Amino acid sequence: MPDDARFGLRRHVTLAGPLRLDGGMLLSPVEIAYETYGTLDPDGSNAVLICHALTGDHYVASEHPVTGKPGWWTRLIGPGLPVDPARHFVICANVLGSCMGSSGPASENPATGQPWGMAFPVITIRDMVRAQAMLLDHLGVARLRAVIGGSMGGMQALSWASTFPDRVAAAVVIASTARHSAQNIAFHEVGRQAIMADPNWRGGAYYGDGAPPTAGLAVARMAAHITYLSEAGLTEKFGRRLQHSPERPNGAKSFGFDADFQVESYLRHQGISFVDRFDANSYLYITRALDYFDLAEEHGGLLANAFRHTTARFAVISFDTDWLYPTSDSRAIVHALNAAGARASFVELSSPFGHDAFLLDAPEMNRVIDGFLRAGER
Amino acid sequence: MTALRPDLAIIAAKVPPGSRVLDIGCGDGALMAALRDRSGIDARGLEIDAANVAAAVARGLSVVQGDADADLGDYPDAAFDYAILSQTLQTARRPHIVLDHLVRIGTRAFVSFPNFAHWQVRASLLWGGRMPVTRLLPERWYDTPNIHHVTIDDFRAMVAERGITVEDAWFLSGDKRTRSAAANLFAEHAVFLLRR
Repeated sequence: MPDDARFGLRRHVTLAGPLRLDGGMLLSPVEIAYETYGTLDPDGSNAVLICHALTGDHYVASEHPVTGKPGWWTRLIGPGLPVDPARHFVICANVLGSCMGSSGPASENPATGQPWGMAFPVITIRDMVRAQAMLLDHLGVARLRAVIGGSMGGMQALSWASTFPDRVAAAVVIASTARHSAQNIAFHEVGRQAIMADPNWRGGAYYGDGAPPTAGLAVARMAAHITYLSEAGLTEKFGRRLQHSPERPNGAKSFGFDADFQVESYLRHQGISFVDRFDANSYLYITRALDYFDLAEEHGGLLANAFRHTTARFAVISFDTDWLYPTSDSRAIVHALNAAGARASFVELSSPFGHDAFLLDAPEMNRVIDGFLRAGER
Repeated sequence: MTALRPDLAIIAAKVPPGSRVLDIGCGDGALMAALRDRSGIDARGLEIDAANVAAAVARGLSVVQGDADADLGDYPDAAFDYAILSQTLQTARRPHIVLDHLVRIGTRAFVSFPNFAHWQVRASLLWGGRMPVTRLLPERWYDTPNIHHVTIDDFRAMVAERGITVEDAWFLSGDKRTRSAAANLFAEHAVFLLRR
């Protein structure tokens, strides 16, 4: 396998398709950027698919080429960690609609030779999962030992177990939900409106020589970032402390609209650094996919029906300070799993860090995932 | 592996291989692990304490964090061959409702609880005038999780009232089985096998 060009870091594949989308369109070809770590067992039984969150990418355990930062889940994936390339064949793909190498609004529309822009079809979480399934076919992976995801990645994990019940042995669903709430949709709409209100957005046709709508995207990111934290976490980190600067080394109010408060300057930094690595149109498409997500609706309104055919084991994990996808959302998943007779585990972990807790140091989460995965490897 | 608590050992010995079991208030999963390690028992758990749930899941068990008082309604009828409630009845806010769910969810149900009519408990209250603190009831009155003190005779009366059948019962004093005659006075612990 070492000389098989399908496996390794920074891979990109163009699959002929077509991929039939929930919106009715056929997409072809389908480009997918991905990485793999570890070696696929001869019987193909050790594959673990990692699903990323809204603004994530496939650089899950390797250095990000734009930011130079380590992978976004190196706390979970690595030697001696719950997902261990010595034991697992790890796959992470950039989702459909994103901007890090998979088909999305910034990629080329074969019909025009130009970037898709807003002509790119609206996609769903299930479409992302179907594209991942095409990638697995390409890699020769028939069945996943586990699919693991947090936030939007958790929705993909649920969708995987529901859409391809025969291909999933275990699913880990962290800080996630089976449906987007009105509040979730409302926050996303604020972000989308910020992007579309930016004069540089120009109906999404800003690729090429035009300047992208970075101001709008930064505002969208700032609004969303607040939902990833908790009030207690923000208070602990920043409180009402003032920002130090060369002009005001001890911090003072400017009696203007500079970033006087540390929390303001933190959010501005989050917004500005985000635009370097993310495309505004992708943000529109992926937030839309999240808003459309309602796994029960796809199954006649009854969530348990989504799991009727699954034989997978499930681990559902929530964090007590997550108000984006609160524990009650996870409980709804667990109730449905119980009603369907699925083998489900659920735990609410304590963390001060809100929704983002799953990306941070969470030893209890690691312990649970490790035990859960090993139970399937006995 | 450490030895199972005596009431759990009785239950574990009585659950046939191949059964589907729900352990309500499963703690860190000691009983479930023992059942799993015997052939073909599909054990699921419900536990209120997050640290216990994490420990049980880390042992590879399927355990859902939840509250027996609030969450049993979510389980379908006859979903399990056995529903088990060990050392939890006396901590429930509404034990009678929990019991009804137990014989609804499980074709059969095991219930174990400490007997508050044991002679030592009686003696403690009668002669000492203080709420008993014994080996099986180690917490003092203000920090005990036991909010509904039940005796073997009370339990028998309650299941009879609710039309629940007692199929079998075991009584324990320390680690030893004790006779069923005058169990209400001499047993520290009771294990009942019930069905609707």
